[in-house]
Amino acid sequence: MSRKFIRNDGRKPEELRRPYKIKLGVVPRANGSALVQSGKTIVMAAVYGPKKVIPKHLEDQEKAILRCRYNMITFSVKDRKKPGPDKRSAEISKLIENALSNVVMLEEYPRTAIDIYLEVIQADAGTRVAALTAASLALADAGIAMKDLIPSTAAGRVNGHIVLDLNKEEEDVEDAIDLPFAYIPSTKEVVLLQMDGIADIEEIEEIIEMAKKGCDKIYEMQIKAIKEKYGSYLEE
Amino acid sequence: MITHTAMEFIKKKLCEGERLDDRKLKEYREIVIERGVGENAEGSARVKIGQTEVIAGIKMQVGEPFKDTPNEGILITSAEFMPFSSSEVEPGPPTVDEIELGRVIDRGIREGKVIDLEKLCIVEGEKVWTIFVDIYLVNDDGNMYDASSLAVMNALMDVKIPKLDENYEIIEGEFNGKLPIRHKVVSLTAYKVGNVIFYDPNAKEEEVVDARLTAGIRDDGKIVSLQKGMEGSFKYDEIIPTLRELKERGLEFIGKYVQ
Amino acid sequence: MGESKRKVVYPGEIIYEGIDALPGLGVYRVEEKIISKHIGVVNKKGRIINVVPLNGVYMPKQDDFVIGEIIDIGVNFWLVDIHSPYDAFLGIYDITEFVDKEIDISEIYDVGDLIYAKVSRVTKTKYVNLTMKDSQAKRLYKGYVIDVSPSKVPRIIGKGGSMIKTIKDLTQTKIIVGQNGRIWIQGKNADLAAEAILFVEENALMEGLTDKVSEYIKSKT
Repeated sequence: MSRKFIRNDGRKPEELRRPYKIKLGVVPRANGSALVQSGKTIVMAAVYGPKKVIPKHLEDQEKAILRCRYNMITFSVKDRKKPGPDKRSAEISKLIENALSNVVMLEEYPRTAIDIYLEVIQADAGTRVAALTAASLALADAGIAMKDLIPSTAAGRVNGHIVLDLNKEEEDVEDAIDLPFAYIPSTKEVVLLQMDGIADIEEIEEIIEMAKKGCDKIYEMQIKAIKEKYGSYLEE
Repeated sequence: MITHTAMEFIKKKLCEGERLDDRKLKEYREIVIERGVGENAEGSARVKIGQTEVIAGIKMQVGEPFKDTPNEGILITSAEFMPFSSSEVEPGPPTVDEIELGRVIDRGIREGKVIDLEKLCIVEGEKVWTIFVDIYLVNDDGNMYDASSLAVMNALMDVKIPKLDENYEIIEGEFNGKLPIRHKVVSLTAYKVGNVIFYDPNAKEEEVVDARLTAGIRDDGKIVSLQKGMEGSFKYDEIIPTLRELKERGLEFIGKYVQ
Repeated sequence: MGESKRKVVYPGEIIYEGIDALPGLGVYRVEEKIISKHIGVVNKKGRIINVVPLNGVYMPKQDDFVIGEIIDIGVNFWLVDIHSPYDAFLGIYDITEFVDKEIDISEIYDVGDLIYAKVSRVTKTKYVNLTMKDSQAKRLYKGYVIDVSPSKVPRIIGKGGSMIKTIKDLTQTKIIVGQNGRIWIQGKNADLAAEAILFVEENALMEGLTDKVSEYIKSKT
């Protein structure tokens, strides 16, 4: 991999997009919320709960049910997106729900529901990883018990170079590889892993290593965003 | 559904490296492949892995291409669990589990460039072949992902393309060769329970599984798709060794079951 | 605790390493590490390390005092909304009044009535029982009720009750603060007291808050 390689938006291979921004409390009405922006990709997450389960027969006596809805707003993409769920959004919702269930201590909230709404405001690739990054922060912002935060980003290969946090133009390059990834920093458990594209195992190894390093950077920013809202110290 | 106690027992056994049917952790049940199981389909196959049974069928229709790919055929994959495939399935619109299965299998075929879609263009910008790949789970005794992938690849190999008349209407009973298949891909799955990674769970074992990792493996040894499924996780250091195992097994299965 | 500033921690943050401390509320232990579950502040009581969350819904705890509203009536119990995902039960034997078998219990407490009650029991699956058999428990009559975030309750009460005393004195109101974040206010200036409390909730992180609240109330009178 050449270090001198400069990407279509001027980034180095291992750089996140600019700006990369995280903010908590963007939907004050919700129990918790967060916004993640990576370049032109913008996702908002909001959490309601733990709350009573409606309908009641869905209640789990032992733990909270986690319900996640990933949605792209109609003008988040160039060609207007038909409103409402489709197969892609159903799959992504489930994957994010699965990832989050590794950190949320659902057994502390029996017979309740925790609803997570993820809205893609603007899409320029990497919406599911931004959504997951935002979702874990929105849950923390809602005061819900968690093992850890989850940072998430994608890495891949563009024109033969291994790169972090692909934008749409990069993702659309012929023979590009895109690998959405998330892990729990404290336990090194990989909770989101997908890949599109044709790769050797050696390449995948390099790509996930870069994704992991990217996640470590995002984790720092998640913590910083928490301190921005709640402060570093509290007066007694 | 099995009882909680039985689940605990199966989990404990697996974590100790043992299985109820005495298989080794990495051992598959018997795999039986049969092609041509639906006369009205352009191609079809039935795959049994132990008692798990999946049928896949391919229907081909003349349709309009997508605007951004005017000279390419279209691939549409969906999966349905037949209501009698297990006691947990209820008839109705596709569930998220069905959607995920369809999309994972679809990505293996699509990203692996299995079919030369450009050769399925009939009139550029106007008429192309649409390939409908439909997966039906007949009996769920675990590991439907691997069974579905083998069924779809075999069904695609089984396809006879219908002949068209001058109005681009299908001529019944006449054919015009096979699908332009460039590569063979199988998507295989590693399952994790506790700290143990194993393969080909039956339905009881699948109930205690924490996570799965499905990889699309192509005949040239490339990995063409990945998906970590279910609620649990794989450790970071487990990913690459698992992929190596999946690749080896995938190449073996392509040789054995996709001819 | 002596120090006047407490560190804000986040979920996953290691608070302490060593076997000489014990995990309390809001934390979990992995091997020798004690790790936070919440965005919160560390509160050490002897060897026990707790994290007090800075946000979240009310999770009932035994011995808490809560303000509840009767929302339904059963044959021998009342169902009480306690500003939580969990409704609470108040049984006919958990009240101070004698209950005649023939009586319609809505004559004692009816839907819409407010009570200040003690949480007597919380089961593992979070079934909650209340009791009125405590000297502090009482029925609450006409008053002004507001709901705030339960995590802000300690701030609203203030150190040794200083904040709530300031508000009561300056507005000449009676105020009862439930640990569930529900607050009952009675008096001519109830509106102003409510505004002052919401001001505290909004600015919970502000330094010198008691003085700021006094100024706030004085500026409005």
